[in-house]
Amino acid sequence: MPLLDIKNLSVEFTTRAGTFRAVDGIDLTVDEGEVVGIVGESGSGKSVTSLAVMGLLGSNGRVVADRMMFAGRDLLTMPAAQRRKITGKDVAMVFQEPMTSLNPCFTVGFQIMETLRVHEGLSGKALRNRAIALLEQVGIPAPETRLSAFPHQLSGGMNQRVMIAIAIACNPRLLVADEPTTALDVTIQKQILDLLVQLQRERGMALILITHDMGVVAETAQRVVVMYAGQVAETRPVHSLFERPRHPYTGALLDALPERALGKRRLPTIPGMVPGIADRPAGCLFSPRCRFADVRCRAERPALFDVDDGRARCFYPLPDGHLAAGEAL
Amino acid sequence: MLRFILTRVSLVIPTFLGITFLTFILIRLVPGDPIEVRTGERGIAPERLAELRHEMGLDRPLWHQFLDYVGNVLHGDFGLSLITHNSVLSEFLTLFPATLELALCAMLFATLVGLPAGILAAVKRGSLFDHGVMGASLTGYSMPIFWWGLLLILFFSVGLGWTPVSGRLDLVYYVEPDTGFMLIDTLKAGDYDAFRSALGHLVLPTIVLGTVPLAVVARMTRSAMLEVLGEDYIRTARAKGLADGRVIGMHALRNALIPVVTVIGLQVGTLLGGAILTETIFSWPGVGKWLIESINRRDYPALQGGVLLIATSVILVNLLVDVLYGVLNPRIRHAR
Repeated sequence: MPLLDIKNLSVEFTTRAGTFRAVDGIDLTVDEGEVVGIVGESGSGKSVTSLAVMGLLGSNGRVVADRMMFAGRDLLTMPAAQRRKITGKDVAMVFQEPMTSLNPCFTVGFQIMETLRVHEGLSGKALRNRAIALLEQVGIPAPETRLSAFPHQLSGGMNQRVMIAIAIACNPRLLVADEPTTALDVTIQKQILDLLVQLQRERGMALILITHDMGVVAETAQRVVVMYAGQVAETRPVHSLFERPRHPYTGALLDALPERALGKRRLPTIPGMVPGIADRPAGCLFSPRCRFADVRCRAERPALFDVDDGRARCFYPLPDGHLAAGEAL
Repeated sequence: MLRFILTRVSLVIPTFLGITFLTFILIRLVPGDPIEVRTGERGIAPERLAELRHEMGLDRPLWHQFLDYVGNVLHGDFGLSLITHNSVLSEFLTLFPATLELALCAMLFATLVGLPAGILAAVKRGSLFDHGVMGASLTGYSMPIFWWGLLLILFFSVGLGWTPVSGRLDLVYYVEPDTGFMLIDTLKAGDYDAFRSALGHLVLPTIVLGTVPLAVVARMTRSAMLEVLGEDYIRTARAKGLADGRVIGMHALRNALIPVVTVIGLQVGTLLGGAILTETIFSWPGVGKWLIESINRRDYPALQGGVLLIATSVILVNLLVDVLYGVLNPRIRHAR
């Protein structure tokens, strides 16, 4: 039984312009101790999916799913109070913006200890020692003195380490990291990523790593879910996906990696944008940007077909994993 | 911190000079000087008038009088009332606790009602409650104080007879003034009937004076909460599995309080201004009523001293708010 088992999850937002389906029938499973990468452009529904898993969508986000189980417990029917006992304890999350994700009015120590106090009932010296140990584990020097620091007194990288310390405080079985390095300097990005992977291995927790950086996924994930416009475009084990992408979108994303474009005059790009609320095509959602699209692609929506060792949402999966003549779409 | 306070205090000096100058000039622009007002229709012989004016120093050039006054104030001498011949400072200090008691009650009322109302309106944004609170606060904010006061008196005091019409205490009670706060003095004296009477007298003036600050606090709290509730760290707090009460009452409110406290501080000025009207409506024996009487009698020193002392207390409160602001907001703590 997978740790997280989601079947046909959709999230709709009601806005003045109408109802927008940000996540459109995705399946997602994560096994105990597995690292799953979710990649896709901005607006592909990565973050909304993770917020739905955490139960953090506001009242205007409607979550529908056939199944949403965590460790054998049904998240859909669980009362809010029950769910809060899991959230932050068994499932924890690290966000994109470390500088704004910590409360500016409370010390770092308070914010770490709060989680431990609420979920594990710790207090006094034991609580303090746990907090210090956590700061040590996430690589913060002089943890005793850092406890009384406010977030604005720490750098972005340090704040993200604090966020990670809060997330792993109660030994979660699943950690969701939503673009944890996007807001950081390149050198710090690597450190934070290494830290996440190291903690994941040490603790054997499952990790969902959401990113738009294919390179990050290649280094860390075991399985990859490529999302496009709220749907799963392709899902495969990491090695075969990178060797032989089958969905044209995955192929284009990989071709856009600078290290794969060596010797080319221009870095390949994907023209156009992810369709928004008003301009969703009738057929395949990627068809307006896909050079391989034909009449059928523009008229009919493809389902997720089995390909190789995974699945891809395409009528004409790339045969050899490469775009014709190695060109951009 | 000391440096911060000293800077702030030095900035206050031009404010004081401006206030002194304005009150000094404005009251003298009003037709009739203290002597003419006192003689009224009976009139006074021109020789006697000139003699009295000379005695009071009113015949000297204005700039001369002004400089004299400023010089005296700098020595802590606010002069004597032209009417009662008591020291202006001691008159002010005798009456000020009554005003302070009323103002504190009004502020307490505004905060205790406005803060929860604003929080709830923000949390239940777009609900009937939200619209109700916003509508009521706009009405409260736009209502002329004197009209609102008369309306309440008419309804609750005259109509229903629930509250007394005016004053601070029923005439049957006498309480030896000690702190000057009637609620405290009656309790100290152990006279619970008098305490109830004092409380009853406070209800309507508190509501009248507190209405505008209440509206401002409710609206400010709502908008500050709405802003804060959309912040990333609120999402973090929810991601920790904290209960709604803790997320809203602690993580959100602590941040939302920063602008609210500023607004409450600014309201103190409005409050003391409003006290003048409220005290007049309810015959509340505080500095507001005393100032109005001083204007009517053209009691120059009393008016000038009163306005200056009220300005001082407003400035002191604002200074206090600035210090408190640093306590609430770790990012702008002044002492490092």
